[in-house]
Amino acid sequence: MIASERKPLEEILGYLDGEKKVFVVACDGCSTGTRSADPEAIAATVKELEANGKAVTGVARVEMVCNTGLSALMLMQHLAQVDEADSVLVFSCGDGIQSVASAVAKPVHPGTNSIYFGGFLGLWRSEAKCAECGNCMLDFTGGICPYTACSKSLLYGSCGGPKDGKCEVDASVPCGWMRIYDRLASLGKADRLKAIPPLRDFKKMLPVNERRRSSLYALEYVEAEPEAESKAG
Amino acid sequence: MSLREALATQDFTVTCEVAPPKGVDMKHVLDEAELLRGRVAGINVTDLQAAAMRVSSVATCSLLKQMGLEPILQMVCRDRNRIALQSDLLSAYVLGIRNVLCLTGDHTTLGDHPEAKPVFDLDSVSLLRAAQGLMDGKDLSGNDLEGKPEELFLGAIVTPGADPVEPQIYKLHSKVDAGARFIQTQAVYDVDSFARFMEKVQDVKVPILAGIVLLKSAGMARYMNANVAGVFVPDPLIKEMADAGKKDKEAKEKGEKAKNVAQKSIEIAARLISGLKPYCAGVHLMPLGWGHHVPAVLEASGV
Repeated sequence: MIASERKPLEEILGYLDGEKKVFVVACDGCSTGTRSADPEAIAATVKELEANGKAVTGVARVEMVCNTGLSALMLMQHLAQVDEADSVLVFSCGDGIQSVASAVAKPVHPGTNSIYFGGFLGLWRSEAKCAECGNCMLDFTGGICPYTACSKSLLYGSCGGPKDGKCEVDASVPCGWMRIYDRLASLGKADRLKAIPPLRDFKKMLPVNERRRSSLYALEYVEAEPEAESKAG
Repeated sequence: MSLREALATQDFTVTCEVAPPKGVDMKHVLDEAELLRGRVAGINVTDLQAAAMRVSSVATCSLLKQMGLEPILQMVCRDRNRIALQSDLLSAYVLGIRNVLCLTGDHTTLGDHPEAKPVFDLDSVSLLRAAQGLMDGKDLSGNDLEGKPEELFLGAIVTPGADPVEPQIYKLHSKVDAGARFIQTQAVYDVDSFARFMEKVQDVKVPILAGIVLLKSAGMARYMNANVAGVFVPDPLIKEMADAGKKDKEAKEKGEKAKNVAQKSIEIAARLISGLKPYCAGVHLMPLGWGHHVPAVLEASGV
Protein backbone atom coordinates (compact mmCIF):
# COMPACT_ATOMS: atom_id res chain seq x y z
CA MET A 1 0.00 0.00 0.00
CA ILE A 2 1.32 3.42 -0.90
CA ALA A 3 -0.79 6.32 0.32
CA SER A 4 -1.06 9.40 -1.86
CA GLU A 5 -2.86 12.71 -1.91
CA ARG A 6 -3.75 14.90 -4.86
CA LYS A 7 -1.46 17.84 -5.43
CA PRO A 8 -2.96 21.36 -5.20
CA LEU A 9 -4.60 22.42 -8.48
CA GLU A 10 -2.26 25.41 -8.89
CA GLU A 11 0.74 23.08 -8.83
CA ILE A 12 -0.80 20.79 -11.47
CA LEU A 13 -1.75 23.77 -13.66
CA GLY A 14 1.83 24.97 -13.31
CA TYR A 15 3.05 21.69 -14.81
CA LEU A 16 0.58 22.08 -17.68
CA ASP A 17 1.63 25.65 -18.44
CA GLY A 18 1.96 26.08 -22.22
CA GLU A 19 0.10 22.83 -22.89
CA LYS A 20 -3.47 22.57 -24.14
CA LYS A 21 -4.37 18.90 -24.13
CA VAL A 22 -3.68 16.31 -21.47
CA PHE A 23 -4.33 12.60 -21.08
CA VAL A 24 -5.13 11.34 -17.58
CA VAL A 25 -4.05 8.03 -16.02
CA ALA A 26 -5.60 7.05 -12.69
CA CYS A 27 -4.74 4.09 -10.49
CA ASP A 28 -7.45 1.72 -9.36
CA GLY A 29 -5.16 0.33 -6.67
CA CYS A 30 -3.78 2.09 -3.61
CA SER A 31 -4.46 5.61 -4.87
CA THR A 32 -8.13 4.78 -5.19
CA GLY A 33 -7.94 3.31 -1.70
CA THR A 34 -6.63 6.61 -0.37
CA ARG A 35 -9.19 8.55 -2.43
CA SER A 36 -6.62 10.47 -4.47
CA ALA A 37 -7.54 8.69 -7.74
CA ASP A 38 -11.00 7.18 -7.26
CA PRO A 39 -13.48 7.86 -10.12
CA GLU A 40 -15.21 10.71 -8.27
CA ALA A 41 -11.96 12.48 -7.46
CA ILE A 42 -10.74 12.09 -11.05
CA ALA A 43 -14.05 13.36 -12.49
CA ALA A 44 -13.81 16.42 -10.23
CA THR A 45 -10.20 17.01 -11.26
CA VAL A 46 -11.07 16.69 -14.96
CA LYS A 47 -13.78 19.35 -14.48
CA GLU A 48 -11.28 21.66 -12.76
CA LEU A 49 -8.78 21.16 -15.59
CA GLU A 50 -11.42 21.93 -18.22
CA ALA A 51 -12.58 24.99 -16.28
CA ASN A 52 -8.97 26.19 -16.54
CA GLY A 53 -8.82 25.81 -20.31
CA LYS A 54 -7.22 22.36 -20.53
CA ALA A 55 -8.74 19.75 -22.86
CA VAL A 56 -8.68 16.21 -21.43
CA THR A 57 -8.24 13.83 -24.38
CA GLY A 58 -9.16 10.77 -22.32
CA VAL A 59 -8.90 8.96 -19.00
CA ALA A 60 -7.39 5.50 -18.48
CA ARG A 61 -7.99 3.65 -15.27
CA VAL A 62 -5.39 0.96 -14.58
CA GLU A 63 -5.72 -1.73 -11.92
CA MET A 64 -2.22 -1.10 -10.54
CA VAL A 65 -0.36 1.61 -12.45
CA CYS A 66 2.86 0.51 -10.75
CA ASN A 67 2.74 -2.65 -12.88
CA THR A 68 4.65 -1.27 -15.85
CA GLY A 69 3.62 -4.02 -18.25
CA LEU A 70 -0.04 -3.66 -17.41
CA SER A 71 0.10 0.14 -17.69
CA ALA A 72 1.74 -0.09 -21.11
CA LEU A 73 -0.98 -2.51 -22.29
CA MET A 74 -3.77 -0.25 -21.02
CA LEU A 75 -2.21 2.83 -22.58
CA MET A 76 -2.03 1.04 -25.95
CA GLN A 77 -5.82 0.87 -25.88
CA HIS A 78 -5.84 4.69 -25.66
CA LEU A 79 -3.10 5.23 -28.22
CA ALA A 80 -4.92 7.90 -30.23
CA GLN A 81 -5.93 9.88 -27.14
CA VAL A 82 -2.41 9.75 -25.73
CA ASP A 83 -0.97 10.77 -29.10
CA GLU A 84 -3.32 13.70 -29.30
CA ALA A 85 -2.31 15.00 -25.85
CA ASP A 86 0.66 17.24 -25.11
CA SER A 87 1.35 15.32 -21.94
CA VAL A 88 0.10 12.65 -19.53
CA LEU A 89 -1.05 13.46 -16.01
CA VAL A 90 -0.85 10.53 -13.61
CA PHE A 91 -2.73 10.02 -10.35
CA SER A 92 -0.97 7.18 -8.58
CA CYS A 93 2.00 6.65 -6.33
CA GLY A 94 5.50 7.62 -7.43
CA ASP A 95 6.04 4.05 -8.62
CA GLY A 96 3.07 4.31 -10.96
CA ILE A 97 4.05 7.72 -12.28
CA GLN A 98 7.46 6.30 -13.18
CA SER A 99 5.82 3.28 -14.84
CA VAL A 100 3.81 5.55 -17.12
CA ALA A 101 6.84 7.71 -17.81
CA SER A 102 8.75 4.62 -18.95
CA ALA A 103 5.87 3.61 -21.26
CA VAL A 104 5.08 6.82 -23.13
CA ALA A 105 7.28 9.15 -25.14
CA LYS A 106 5.57 12.26 -23.75
CA PRO A 107 6.06 14.51 -20.77
CA VAL A 108 4.48 12.83 -17.73
CA HIS A 109 3.28 14.95 -14.80
CA PRO A 110 2.52 13.76 -11.27
CA GLY A 111 -0.97 14.61 -10.07
CA THR A 112 -0.33 13.26 -6.58
CA ASN A 113 2.20 13.26 -3.78
CA SER A 114 3.10 9.88 -2.30
CA ILE A 115 3.04 10.04 1.47
CA TYR A 116 5.74 8.27 3.44
CA PHE A 117 4.17 5.19 4.89
CA GLY A 118 7.06 2.85 5.62
CA GLY A 119 6.73 -0.86 6.01
CA PHE A 120 6.03 -3.30 3.26
CA LEU A 121 4.57 -1.91 0.09
CA GLY A 122 1.38 -3.62 -0.91
CA LEU A 123 0.29 -4.29 2.66
CA TRP A 124 -1.86 -1.97 4.68
CA ARG A 125 -0.14 -1.08 7.92
CA SER A 126 -1.36 1.03 10.77
CA GLU A 127 2.22 1.82 11.71
CA ALA A 128 5.49 1.73 9.85
CA LYS A 129 7.15 -0.93 11.92
CA CYS A 130 9.72 -2.37 9.54
CA ALA A 131 12.28 -0.32 7.67
CA GLU A 132 13.35 -3.34 5.60
CA CYS A 133 16.90 -2.67 6.78
CA GLY A 134 18.26 -6.05 5.73
CA ASN A 135 19.73 -6.95 9.14
CA CYS A 136 16.99 -7.48 11.70
CA MET A 137 17.89 -6.31 15.21
CA LEU A 138 14.61 -7.36 16.83
CA ASP A 139 16.27 -10.08 18.86
CA PHE A 140 18.65 -7.57 20.43
CA THR A 141 15.88 -5.06 21.16
CA GLY A 142 13.14 -7.30 22.52
CA GLY A 143 10.94 -7.31 19.45
CA ILE A 144 10.68 -3.53 19.01
CA CYS A 145 12.56 -2.11 16.04
CA PRO A 146 14.97 0.70 17.02
CA TYR A 147 15.12 2.01 13.47
CA THR A 148 11.40 2.69 13.23
CA ALA A 149 10.47 3.18 16.89
CA CYS A 150 13.20 5.80 17.51
CA SER A 151 12.96 9.17 15.71
CA LYS A 152 16.73 9.12 15.27
CA SER A 153 16.88 5.41 14.39
CA LEU A 154 19.45 4.96 17.15
CA LEU A 155 20.90 1.51 17.63
CA TYR A 156 22.73 1.99 20.94
CA GLY A 157 20.06 3.18 23.34
CA SER A 158 18.10 6.30 24.06
CA CYS A 159 19.47 9.77 23.39
CA GLY A 160 19.23 12.40 26.12
CA GLY A 161 15.97 13.71 24.71
CA PRO A 162 13.04 11.69 26.06
CA LYS A 163 10.96 13.50 28.69
CA ASP A 164 8.37 11.63 30.74
CA GLY A 165 8.98 8.65 28.44
CA LYS A 166 8.07 10.67 25.34
CA CYS A 167 10.14 11.51 22.28
CA GLU A 168 11.87 14.91 21.99
CA VAL A 169 10.54 15.23 18.46
CA ASP A 170 6.87 14.67 19.29
CA ALA A 171 5.62 14.60 22.86
CA SER A 172 2.64 12.46 21.81
CA VAL A 173 4.94 9.63 20.72
CA PRO A 174 6.51 7.28 23.26
CA CYS A 175 10.31 7.10 23.16
CA GLY A 176 11.17 3.95 21.21
CA TRP A 177 14.10 3.21 23.46
CA MET A 178 11.98 3.56 26.59
CA ARG A 179 9.63 1.00 25.04
CA ILE A 180 12.57 -1.27 24.28
CA TYR A 181 13.96 -0.82 27.78
CA ASP A 182 10.59 -1.53 29.43
CA ARG A 183 10.11 -4.60 27.27
CA LEU A 184 13.58 -6.00 27.97
CA ALA A 185 13.24 -5.19 31.68
CA SER A 186 9.90 -7.04 31.79
CA LEU A 187 11.64 -10.05 30.21
CA GLY A 188 14.47 -9.77 32.74
CA LYS A 189 16.85 -9.08 29.88
CA ALA A 190 17.77 -5.40 30.36
CA ASP A 191 21.41 -6.51 30.60
CA ARG A 192 21.28 -7.08 26.88
CA LEU A 193 21.64 -3.31 26.47
CA LYS A 194 25.28 -3.65 27.48
CA ALA A 195 26.02 -5.36 24.17
CA ILE A 196 27.33 -3.24 21.34
CA PRO A 197 25.93 -4.67 18.09
CA PRO A 198 27.61 -4.04 14.74
CA LEU A 199 26.88 -0.79 12.92
CA ARG A 200 23.94 -0.62 10.57
CA ASP A 201 24.87 -1.48 6.98
CA PHE A 202 22.94 0.86 4.71
CA LYS A 203 24.22 -1.03 1.67
CA LYS A 204 21.69 -3.69 2.57
CA MET A 205 18.89 -1.35 1.61
CA LEU A 206 19.97 -1.37 -2.03
CA PRO A 207 18.05 -3.83 -4.26
CA VAL A 208 19.81 -7.18 -4.20
CA ASN A 209 20.83 -9.09 -7.31
CA GLU A 210 18.17 -11.72 -6.66
CA ARG A 211 15.53 -9.04 -6.85
CA ARG A 212 17.09 -7.62 -9.98
CA ARG A 213 16.64 -11.05 -11.54
CA SER A 214 12.96 -11.29 -10.58
CA SER A 215 10.34 -11.62 -13.30
CA LEU A 216 8.93 -8.16 -12.58
CA TYR A 217 12.35 -6.59 -12.91
CA ALA A 218 12.89 -8.57 -16.10
CA LEU A 219 9.60 -7.31 -17.50
CA GLU A 220 10.71 -3.73 -17.01
CA TYR A 221 14.40 -3.83 -17.82
CA VAL A 222 15.60 -7.02 -19.46
CA GLU A 223 13.36 -6.52 -22.46
CA ALA A 224 14.61 -2.97 -22.79
CA GLU A 225 18.29 -3.79 -22.40
CA PRO A 226 18.83 -7.52 -22.83
CA GLU A 227 22.55 -7.19 -23.47
CA ALA A 228 23.25 -5.02 -20.45
CA GLU A 229 21.44 -7.43 -18.18
CA SER A 230 23.11 -10.57 -19.52
CA LYS A 231 26.50 -8.94 -18.98
CA ALA A 232 25.53 -7.86 -15.46
CA GLY A 233 24.06 -11.26 -14.59
CA MET B 1 48.27 21.30 31.14
CA SER B 2 46.06 19.10 29.01
CA LEU B 3 42.59 18.05 30.13
CA ARG B 4 43.86 14.48 30.43
CA GLU B 5 46.66 15.58 32.78
CA ALA B 6 44.31 17.81 34.76
CA LEU B 7 41.85 14.98 35.34
CA ALA B 8 44.66 12.63 36.29
CA THR B 9 46.37 14.97 38.73
CA GLN B 10 43.83 17.45 40.13
CA ASP B 11 41.38 16.73 42.93
CA PHE B 12 38.74 18.84 41.30
CA THR B 13 38.60 19.82 37.62
CA VAL B 14 36.52 22.57 36.05
CA THR B 15 35.50 22.81 32.40
CA CYS B 16 33.28 25.39 30.75
CA GLU B 17 31.53 25.63 27.42
CA VAL B 18 31.47 28.41 24.87
CA ALA B 19 29.24 28.62 21.80
CA PRO B 20 30.34 29.64 18.30
CA PRO B 21 28.35 32.45 16.71
CA LYS B 22 25.75 32.37 13.98
CA GLY B 23 27.78 34.45 11.56
CA VAL B 24 31.49 35.17 11.33
CA ASP B 25 31.97 37.70 14.14
CA MET B 26 34.15 35.62 16.46
CA LYS B 27 34.95 38.41 18.95
CA HIS B 28 32.40 37.45 21.59
CA VAL B 29 33.20 33.73 21.69
CA LEU B 30 36.96 34.32 21.71
CA ASP B 31 36.62 36.97 24.47
CA GLU B 32 34.60 34.52 26.55
CA ALA B 33 37.24 31.84 26.02
CA GLU B 34 40.02 34.29 26.95
CA LEU B 35 38.19 35.02 30.20
CA LEU B 36 38.51 31.33 31.06
CA ARG B 37 42.29 31.22 30.62
CA GLY B 38 43.90 29.82 33.75
CA ARG B 39 40.51 29.26 35.35
CA VAL B 40 39.40 26.00 33.69
CA ALA B 41 41.11 22.81 32.51
CA GLY B 42 39.24 22.67 29.22
CA ILE B 43 36.85 24.70 27.13
CA ASN B 44 34.02 22.82 25.42
CA VAL B 45 32.96 24.25 22.09
CA THR B 46 29.39 23.27 21.30
CA ASP B 47 28.63 21.67 17.94
CA LEU B 48 25.67 23.36 16.25
CA GLN B 49 23.89 23.30 19.61
CA ALA B 50 20.11 23.06 19.59
CA ALA B 51 20.35 21.99 15.93
CA ALA B 52 20.98 25.61 14.90
CA MET B 53 23.34 26.42 12.00
CA ARG B 54 26.48 28.33 13.07
CA VAL B 55 30.29 28.34 12.88
CA SER B 56 31.63 24.82 13.42
CA SER B 57 33.11 23.47 16.59
CA VAL B 58 36.26 22.31 14.76
CA ALA B 59 37.01 25.81 13.43
CA THR B 60 36.41 27.45 16.81
CA CYS B 61 38.47 24.82 18.66
CA SER B 62 41.30 25.41 16.22
CA LEU B 63 41.25 29.15 17.02
CA LEU B 64 41.29 28.39 20.76
CA LYS B 65 44.24 26.07 20.22
CA GLN B 66 46.10 28.86 18.41
CA MET B 67 45.43 31.06 21.46
CA GLY B 68 47.12 28.46 23.64
CA LEU B 69 43.88 27.32 25.27
CA GLU B 70 42.71 23.72 25.78
CA PRO B 71 39.63 23.11 23.62
CA ILE B 72 37.18 20.22 23.96
CA LEU B 73 35.60 19.52 20.59
CA GLN B 74 31.93 18.57 20.86
CA MET B 75 30.72 16.36 18.02
CA VAL B 76 27.11 15.45 17.32
CA CYS B 77 25.88 12.79 14.89
CA ARG B 78 22.90 14.68 13.51
CA ASP B 79 24.58 16.42 10.59
CA ARG B 80 27.29 14.14 9.24
CA ASN B 81 27.53 10.49 8.24
CA ARG B 82 30.31 8.15 9.32
CA ILE B 83 32.60 9.27 6.52
CA ALA B 84 32.39 12.96 7.46
CA LEU B 85 32.54 12.32 11.21
CA GLN B 86 35.71 10.23 10.96
CA SER B 87 37.21 12.78 8.59
CA ASP B 88 36.45 15.59 11.05
CA LEU B 89 38.10 13.63 13.85
CA LEU B 90 41.27 13.31 11.76
CA SER B 91 41.01 16.95 10.69
CA ALA B 92 40.62 18.14 14.28
CA TYR B 93 43.64 16.07 15.25
CA VAL B 94 45.90 17.60 12.61
CA LEU B 95 44.81 21.03 13.88
CA GLY B 96 46.09 20.06 17.33
CA ILE B 97 42.75 19.27 18.93
CA ARG B 98 42.88 16.27 21.28
CA ASN B 99 39.73 16.29 23.47
CA VAL B 100 36.48 15.17 21.84
CA LEU B 101 33.08 14.96 23.51
CA CYS B 102 30.86 12.57 21.55
CA LEU B 103 27.10 13.20 21.55
CA THR B 104 24.09 12.04 19.57
CA GLY B 105 22.66 15.54 19.11
CA ASP B 106 19.21 17.11 19.18
CA HIS B 107 16.88 16.19 16.35
CA THR B 108 16.82 18.51 13.33
CA THR B 109 13.14 19.30 13.89
CA LEU B 110 14.04 21.09 17.15
CA GLY B 111 16.41 23.51 15.43
CA ASP B 112 16.39 26.44 13.04
CA HIS B 113 16.37 24.30 9.88
CA PRO B 114 13.59 21.86 10.77
CA GLU B 115 13.27 20.75 7.13
CA ALA B 116 16.85 19.41 7.06
CA LYS B 117 17.67 15.72 6.68
CA PRO B 118 18.52 14.19 10.07
CA VAL B 119 21.56 11.93 9.58
CA PHE B 120 22.21 9.89 12.76
CA ASP B 121 24.26 7.37 10.78
CA LEU B 122 26.25 6.96 14.00
CA ASP B 123 25.27 7.87 17.55
CA SER B 124 27.23 8.77 20.67
CA VAL B 125 28.33 5.17 21.35
CA SER B 126 29.29 4.31 17.79
CA LEU B 127 31.07 7.66 17.32
CA LEU B 128 33.17 6.85 20.39
CA ARG B 129 33.87 3.45 18.89
CA ALA B 130 34.81 5.02 15.57
CA ALA B 131 37.18 7.45 17.33
CA GLN B 132 38.72 4.64 19.37
CA GLY B 133 39.18 2.67 16.15
CA LEU B 134 40.98 5.59 14.53
CA MET B 135 43.26 5.82 17.57
CA ASP B 136 44.06 2.15 17.01
CA GLY B 137 44.86 2.88 13.37
CA LYS B 138 41.71 1.62 11.62
CA ASP B 139 38.68 3.34 10.18
CA LEU B 140 35.18 1.91 10.60
CA SER B 141 35.64 -0.23 7.49
CA GLY B 142 38.86 -1.67 8.84
CA ASN B 143 41.15 0.24 6.50
CA ASP B 144 44.59 1.16 7.82
CA LEU B 145 45.44 4.78 8.57
CA GLU B 146 48.68 6.54 7.70
CA GLY B 147 49.40 7.96 11.13
CA LYS B 148 47.11 7.26 14.05
CA PRO B 149 45.43 9.99 16.11
CA GLU B 150 46.69 8.16 19.20
CA GLU B 151 46.41 11.07 21.61
CA LEU B 152 42.68 11.63 21.20
CA PHE B 153 41.02 11.97 24.61
CA LEU B 154 37.38 10.95 24.34
CA GLY B 155 34.46 12.01 26.46
CA ALA B 156 30.73 11.45 26.67
CA ILE B 157 27.71 12.72 28.52
CA VAL B 158 25.06 11.33 30.84
CA THR B 159 21.78 12.71 32.20
CA PRO B 160 21.74 11.91 35.95
CA GLY B 161 18.19 13.22 36.33
CA ALA B 162 16.64 11.04 33.61
CA ASP B 163 13.54 9.16 34.64
CA PRO B 164 13.96 6.22 34.50
CA VAL B 165 17.72 6.55 34.89
CA GLU B 166 18.58 2.87 34.26
CA PRO B 167 18.68 3.15 30.44
CA GLN B 168 21.05 6.11 30.86
CA ILE B 169 23.29 4.01 33.09
CA TYR B 170 23.39 1.14 30.59
CA LYS B 171 24.32 3.59 27.89
CA LEU B 172 26.95 5.20 30.13
CA HIS B 173 28.60 1.79 30.51
CA SER B 174 28.44 1.30 26.73
CA LYS B 175 30.10 4.70 26.26
CA VAL B 176 32.94 3.87 28.63
CA ASP B 177 33.36 0.45 26.99
CA ALA B 178 33.48 2.20 23.61
CA GLY B 179 36.30 4.52 24.70
CA ALA B 180 34.98 7.43 26.81
CA ARG B 181 37.63 8.58 29.31
CA PHE B 182 35.72 11.44 30.89
CA ILE B 183 32.04 12.20 31.43
CA GLN B 184 30.24 15.54 31.58
CA THR B 185 26.64 15.55 32.78
CA GLN B 186 23.43 17.35 31.94
CA ALA B 187 22.55 20.20 34.33
CA VAL B 188 22.30 19.23 38.00
CA TYR B 189 20.40 21.33 40.57
CA ASP B 190 19.87 18.89 43.39
CA VAL B 191 22.92 17.64 45.28
CA ASP B 192 21.15 14.77 47.03
CA SER B 193 19.70 13.19 43.90
CA PHE B 194 23.07 13.61 42.17
CA ALA B 195 24.76 11.83 45.09
CA ARG B 196 22.27 8.94 44.70
CA PHE B 197 23.07 8.79 40.98
CA MET B 198 26.80 8.69 41.67
CA GLU B 199 26.24 5.77 44.00
CA LYS B 200 24.53 3.86 41.18
CA VAL B 201 27.48 4.45 38.85
CA GLN B 202 30.32 3.88 41.27
CA ASP B 203 31.60 1.06 39.05
CA VAL B 204 32.19 3.59 36.27
CA LYS B 205 35.89 4.22 36.59
CA VAL B 206 36.25 7.43 34.59
CA PRO B 207 35.99 10.96 36.01
CA ILE B 208 32.49 12.46 36.02
CA LEU B 209 32.08 16.24 35.90
CA ALA B 210 28.69 17.48 37.11
CA GLY B 211 26.93 19.90 34.79
CA ILE B 212 26.15 23.41 36.05
CA VAL B 213 23.81 25.59 33.99
CA LEU B 214 23.56 29.16 35.28
CA LEU B 215 19.97 30.05 36.09
CA LYS B 216 19.08 33.34 34.45
CA SER B 217 15.56 33.77 35.83
CA ALA B 218 12.76 31.94 37.58
CA GLY B 219 11.03 31.70 34.20
CA MET B 220 14.02 29.92 32.68
CA ALA B 221 13.99 27.43 35.57
CA ARG B 222 10.29 26.73 35.10
CA TYR B 223 10.79 26.40 31.34
CA MET B 224 13.55 23.84 31.83
CA ASN B 225 11.42 21.87 34.27
CA ALA B 226 8.61 21.74 31.73
CA ASN B 227 10.66 21.15 28.60
CA VAL B 228 14.20 19.90 29.14
CA ALA B 229 14.58 16.16 29.59
CA GLY B 230 16.24 15.08 32.81
CA VAL B 231 16.59 18.59 34.27
CA PHE B 232 14.80 19.45 37.51
CA VAL B 233 15.18 22.75 39.32
CA PRO B 234 13.77 22.40 42.87
CA ASP B 235 11.13 24.93 43.95
CA PRO B 236 13.27 26.69 46.61
CA LEU B 237 15.81 27.63 43.91
CA ILE B 238 13.02 28.93 41.65
CA LYS B 239 11.72 31.01 44.55
CA GLU B 240 15.17 32.47 45.21
CA MET B 241 15.41 33.50 41.57
CA ALA B 242 11.89 34.91 41.57
CA ASP B 243 12.60 37.02 44.68
CA ALA B 244 15.79 38.33 43.09
CA GLY B 245 13.77 39.16 39.99
CA LYS B 246 11.30 41.17 42.10
CA LYS B 247 14.13 43.12 43.73
CA ASP B 248 15.59 43.91 40.32
CA LYS B 249 12.24 45.16 39.12
CA GLU B 250 11.97 47.47 42.11
CA ALA B 251 15.53 48.65 41.62
CA LYS B 252 14.83 49.46 37.98
CA GLU B 253 11.73 51.44 38.95
CA LYS B 254 13.89 53.50 41.31
CA GLY B 255 16.40 54.00 38.51
CA GLU B 256 19.02 51.87 40.27
CA LYS B 257 21.20 49.10 38.84
CA ALA B 258 19.50 45.70 38.70
CA LYS B 259 22.10 43.20 39.89
CA ASN B 260 20.16 40.88 42.15
CA VAL B 261 19.31 38.20 39.57
CA ALA B 262 22.90 37.89 38.36
CA GLN B 263 24.20 37.82 41.94
CA LYS B 264 21.68 35.18 42.94
CA SER B 265 22.51 33.09 39.87
CA ILE B 266 26.21 33.24 40.75
CA GLU B 267 25.46 32.40 44.39
CA ILE B 268 23.30 29.38 43.48
CA ALA B 269 25.89 28.03 41.03
CA ALA B 270 28.69 28.47 43.57
CA ARG B 271 26.62 26.77 46.25
CA LEU B 272 25.89 23.85 43.92
CA ILE B 273 29.57 23.48 43.02
CA SER B 274 30.70 23.32 46.64
CA GLY B 275 27.82 20.98 47.47
CA LEU B 276 28.60 18.63 44.57
CA LYS B 277 32.36 18.68 45.16
CA PRO B 278 32.51 15.65 47.49
CA TYR B 279 30.66 13.47 44.97
CA CYS B 280 32.40 14.06 41.65
CA ALA B 281 35.69 14.70 39.91
CA GLY B 282 34.74 18.24 38.93
CA VAL B 283 32.14 20.41 37.31
CA HIS B 284 31.30 21.43 33.77
CA LEU B 285 29.85 24.95 33.48
CA MET B 286 27.30 25.84 30.83
CA PRO B 287 26.74 29.59 31.20
CA LEU B 288 24.44 29.93 28.14
CA GLY B 289 25.49 33.46 27.25
CA TRP B 290 26.54 34.45 30.77
CA GLY B 291 30.19 33.51 30.31
CA HIS B 292 31.23 36.85 31.84
CA HIS B 293 29.88 35.65 35.21
CA VAL B 294 31.95 32.43 35.23
CA PRO B 295 34.99 33.93 37.03
CA ALA B 296 32.68 35.20 39.80
CA VAL B 297 31.02 31.78 40.09
CA LEU B 298 34.37 30.03 40.45
CA GLU B 299 35.61 32.59 42.96
CA ALA B 300 32.45 32.30 45.07
CA SER B 301 32.56 28.49 44.98
CA GLY B 302 36.06 28.43 46.36
CA VAL B 303 37.33 25.72 43.95
